Amino acid sequence: MSVILEISQVDKEFSTPSGNFVALKGVDLKIEQGEFVSLIGHSGCGKSTVLNIVAGLIQATRGGVILNGKEIREPGPERAVVFQNHSLLPWLTAYQNVELAVKQVKGASWSKQQIREWVEHNLTLVHMAHAMHKLPHEISGGMKQRVGIARALAMQPQILLMDEPFGALDALTRAHMQDSLMEIQNELRNTVIMITHDVDEAVLLSDRIVMMTNGPAATIGEILDVKLPRPRDRLALADLPEYAALRARVLRFLYEKQRKVEPLGTAAGARQSPAAMRRRSVA
Amino acid sequence: MATTLLNFAAPSSRLQRLSRAGSALLRHCTIPLFGIAVFLLLWSVAAARIETSLGTFPGPAAVWQQAANLYEEHRRERVKAAEFYARQEERNAQRLAQDPTYEARIRPYTGKATFIDQIKTSLVTVLSGFAIAMAVALPLGIAIGLNRPLNLALNPLIQLFKPVSPLAWLPLVTMVVSALYTADEPLFPKSFINSMITVALCCLWPMVINTAVGVASIPQDLVNVSRVLRLSPLAHVRRIVLPSSVPMIFTGMRLSLGIAWMVLIAAEMLAQNPGLGKFVWDEFQNGSSESLSRIMVAVFTIGFIGFLLDRGMQEIQRRVSWDKGTATR
Repeated sequence: MSVILEISQVDKEFSTPSGNFVALKGVDLKIEQGEFVSLIGHSGCGKSTVLNIVAGLIQATRGGVILNGKEIREPGPERAVVFQNHSLLPWLTAYQNVELAVKQVKGASWSKQQIREWVEHNLTLVHMAHAMHKLPHEISGGMKQRVGIARALAMQPQILLMDEPFGALDALTRAHMQDSLMEIQNELRNTVIMITHDVDEAVLLSDRIVMMTNGPAATIGEILDVKLPRPRDRLALADLPEYAALRARVLRFLYEKQRKVEPLGTAAGARQSPAAMRRRSVA
Repeated sequence: MATTLLNFAAPSSRLQRLSRAGSALLRHCTIPLFGIAVFLLLWSVAAARIETSLGTFPGPAAVWQQAANLYEEHRRERVKAAEFYARQEERNAQRLAQDPTYEARIRPYTGKATFIDQIKTSLVTVLSGFAIAMAVALPLGIAIGLNRPLNLALNPLIQLFKPVSPLAWLPLVTMVVSALYTADEPLFPKSFINSMITVALCCLWPMVINTAVGVASIPQDLVNVSRVLRLSPLAHVRRIVLPSSVPMIFTGMRLSLGIAWMVLIAAEMLAQNPGLGKFVWDEFQNGSSESLSRIMVAVFTIGFIGFLLDRGMQEIQRRVSWDKGTATR
């Protein structure tokens, strides 16, 4: 396997009225062709900043990102992004949203027929063929996210960047979407970086889980190889001891080593603490 | 027993549904009608107590009668015009019969403009002024919205000119138009040009401001989509910026058309453009016992046309804009 993307000693500082804020410090990561990598960490740890730097939407203060031997300076369709809140153009139908991307990337060399077939193929891939002529406000949140994924896949990116793609969906829809994504991955073997804050999602989907420390000056804390056999099935995995062990590793990192100190967050604290408490009572 | 009960129950529930639909209809019609009835009552009671130098202030009945009168005058004028043209045709035919080389000419009818003619003039004037304003405001608004320095440069000027009344512009416009518009046989009368430009100057600003704000406030997510797709600047404006700001642009256009119609009446009064404004002014100068009721007819006409213009604009917005939410407000 060859390295496709190299994040090399990336620092990111934001200037604030009270001086520079160091968001990222020395982020270093190599990603191989066809690998599915998730970035996990508490909110505000700079996961999205890493993804945005890879996407080229923001610039690193120091260090850089190299994709297939070329340094990234600006956004481009070879690094397609699936945005957290779908970001479909609300005045275009699902079909037209994907078509805009396909025309932009392939437009010059492809015939109308080819473009149409490719758009329809990608919408079928995400199970949206039945609603492809609907406007975004006419379809559900999960369906919008499917269209967002179809748009990104249709660009045939060298690497697919997903920023908490299922974060805004309810648990059942999210499980459906994860299954769909695994099905698509089985077929296409894309290189993917996905941001998530869901431990089960990370273990289920990834080849490697990159765990980030809390900011300021957040960086990569641990990297966990997930060597579960594919295709994976969430029900079969639930009984597998390796799965439970991997899950426990991530949980331990997030809730023991990198316990988020919430100064005001009684609600957030209550949401996080039971898992950590259970773990402590077991130990 | 059970079946009879069911048979009995079914029609009664249908009846209930019917009566519920009926009461909704009743509510949607009766309450507004009740409001209008109260207004008419208060108006006629109050009007009867106001003695002006031109007689008692007209009540609903007098105004209604004048409305019928104005329409009747219009119809009579049309008949006269038709007869005038028929006479000319007849005379021309006779002349041609005597002398085949005769070149037939039709003189235009120059009777006085009726109320209906004046409504037409007003509509043409307001729509021309609005069209000019639109032709300037939309490109300007887009440019300002896209270009921050241009926005900073023009914003103080826009804020300064926005609240200026048409009455202040009109003398200046009149002088400039008479200085520059000096064709021997002008295509349009000067009074029309004056009113139109004044309307355009006053209704320009809401369109410029709304377009600029709409263009400047595209969600960052959509900008990111455009950047990832590497859309060219032109494609970015055409595919992302313009569609995204269409709802705001239409809101600005509706505001502008409302202002244009309001400004027009004042502009026509002063510029003597033969529209509804001139009608009101002439009736006021005329000072007959019917004048006040005729002005009241004009007031209702102005209100009703203003309402129709807004509804028309809303309908266009509903058809064109992707954001159906803003179109129903």
